[in-house]
Amino acid sequence: MKKLLMATAATALASGGAMAQSDDVKIGIVFGFTGPIESLTPAMGASAELALEEINESGAFLGGTTLTPVTADSTCVDSAAATAAAERLVTTDGVVAIVGADCSGVTGAVLSNVAVPNGVPMISPSATSPGLSEAEDDGLFFRTAPSDARQGEVLAGILETEGVDSVAVTYTNNDYGKGLSDSFVAAFEEAGGEVTLTAPHEDNKADYSAEIGALASAGGDVLVVLGYADSGGRGMIQAAADTGAFSTFMMGDGMYSDVLLDDFGDVLEGSYGAVPWSQGEGAEAFSALVNERGEFDPESTYTRESYDAAALLVLAMQAGGEATSEAAAANVMDVANAPGEEIMPGELGKALEILAEGGEIDYVGATDVELIGPGEAAGTYRYYTITDGAFETVEFR
Amino acid sequence: MDLLNAFVALSNFVLIPAIAYGCQLALGALGVTLVYGILRFSNFAHGDTMAFGTMVAILVTWGLQGLGVSLGPLPTALLAIPFGIAGCALLLLATDRVVFRFYRAQKVVPVILVIVSMGVMFVYNGLTRLVIGPDSRTFGDGARYLMNARQFRELTGLSEPLVIRSTQAITVVTAVVVVAALFWFLNRTRTGKSMRAYSDNEDLALLSGIDPERVVRVTWLLVACLATIAGVLYGLDKTFMPFTYFQLLLPIFAAAIVGGLGSPLGAIAGGFVIAFSEVGITYAWKKVLTYLLPEPLEPDGLVQLLATDYKFAVSFMILVVVLLFRPTGLFRGKSV
Repeated sequence: MKKLLMATAATALASGGAMAQSDDVKIGIVFGFTGPIESLTPAMGASAELALEEINESGAFLGGTTLTPVTADSTCVDSAAATAAAERLVTTDGVVAIVGADCSGVTGAVLSNVAVPNGVPMISPSATSPGLSEAEDDGLFFRTAPSDARQGEVLAGILETEGVDSVAVTYTNNDYGKGLSDSFVAAFEEAGGEVTLTAPHEDNKADYSAEIGALASAGGDVLVVLGYADSGGRGMIQAAADTGAFSTFMMGDGMYSDVLLDDFGDVLEGSYGAVPWSQGEGAEAFSALVNERGEFDPESTYTRESYDAAALLVLAMQAGGEATSEAAAANVMDVANAPGEEIMPGELGKALEILAEGGEIDYVGATDVELIGPGEAAGTYRYYTITDGAFETVEFR
Repeated sequence: MDLLNAFVALSNFVLIPAIAYGCQLALGALGVTLVYGILRFSNFAHGDTMAFGTMVAILVTWGLQGLGVSLGPLPTALLAIPFGIAGCALLLLATDRVVFRFYRAQKVVPVILVIVSMGVMFVYNGLTRLVIGPDSRTFGDGARYLMNARQFRELTGLSEPLVIRSTQAITVVTAVVVVAALFWFLNRTRTGKSMRAYSDNEDLALLSGIDPERVVRVTWLLVACLATIAGVLYGLDKTFMPFTYFQLLLPIFAAAIVGGLGSPLGAIAGGFVIAFSEVGITYAWKKVLTYLLPEPLEPDGLVQLLATDYKFAVSFMILVVVLLFRPTGLFRGKSV
């Protein structure tokens, strides 16, 4: 134990010393490296660092200023811990901007407790709660992941295309499920549809026949399942099939899973859903870039968004002409959206040069970035149907 | 008025699931009631005993499936039940030898044994999670439906479907066989009679030469059988997850107490009372009533007495009512 303590202290000293020596610009990366999404965050962090590395190698950022990533643990679930970690980044390490946080709950906490009081901008690659759109952010909060409010609209639009006007809704009983369900129901009812019943379900139960009984009693042509493919959502579909209560399902993004398809092939035939999707030149360029120099899987969830988040912060500072929080916050929307030259992953050096010469850019990035409303990604969703036991793309929305 | 559709909807969502669930609870409650009647304490480890027996059966099932053994339309797990029972019996006998016998020799009051059984519960709990993990496991195979929704609609032309899962049918058949065998054993065999004698009056039984340790061993063997069979049936019909088996403890105890602790007949009746109340109270009756009532009286709301989230509250309510008004239960068991 003593040895461990000494080693820890030595490491802290050494790293602190290293930081004190360099007088470059620091970017904070706040992800849940421990906690429920710890399997995703290493790739997300590496992806954000990849963007910074690329910029450092180009040497084009503000006349050769280098960027140093400083990571902190958001824990995904513990708001107090995330706030403390972000506070340390801002006050001790002096980061000018933050990539993160990851989960919606801690992101809101870091935003209101750290980012807003200190005037530090943050771009979250993965917080999707609709609540964050209305958060008091003083123009400091952006996200490269689409809000679930957008997904709700997309799902409502799909039902319109399918000609369904009466549905029952079940959602997983947490912030994600509740937020998505609220936005979907609002969008669908506005479009003139009827929601017979909105019922939550708990994850990890042995049996969902009682929940399905209530939904079946309420009626509806389609059951909208906004849950998780390996937990409650799966149980709901199983119970619906077992009782013959519903034969067509519409599924939210948490339900997109090959395993589900393998297990319930026949049951899901003719069902449909939506899932966030990156396609086109940007996504391919990103995969190529990662395969060339990164050591993580470019297809892993939210890695593309993480790369874009880091790149956007730096490009915004370049556009403002100084490495400050104010410059980053003020210019994110400008560099992300048209007009200007389109920028793909791997072209950050070129983008920096264009900005240095006073030109304009339209950052496309790995996820076809288009920031709308209060600074969040419009998002592209893949509308799919299940035909012959396989996901078949209908279109992208 | 559409009596036929109303009845089919009722059967599909209430009668059939409740009967299957009632059988599973009854088997569980029989185990609890046996321990209470003969060993004279409430065994809180019963839910996790079920989980352990089921776990052994699942591991053997996977092995059999790996070897290519199958029962055709029946689930392979039925073949694995004897192995599950054997594993469970070994565990229970070992626990009795190491833990319960010590306290029995000291003639401790029952409440101490209850606390001891809680400790045993935690150990079983950890043991099961250590071996098979806390996640849900599927091990069912064979034909899933005896009759599915499409077949029923084509057969009858009714708009409401009636689905009978093969696991539900297996549950009912197995429960009937097991209960019949248990009653035959308790009422007709010499060992069964000596167990009942020991349960009625320990001192008199000892005077007439009954070996108490033998009675205890046979009781644990019976409990292992009942717990494993109930657990496997529940797992096949629903899902196997250690935590849900722990949660089953409440409805199982409610069933045993409602029926009258120590009374095997009561345990069965109690199982069905709890199952039908749970399903019936949390069911949304709108659909059935819409078929039954004339149009002006059709309900707008769901006509659901309690949201499904409160399923466990039903067991509690029944427990409270029974303990207040008839503490010995429906079949005059021992008072709690």
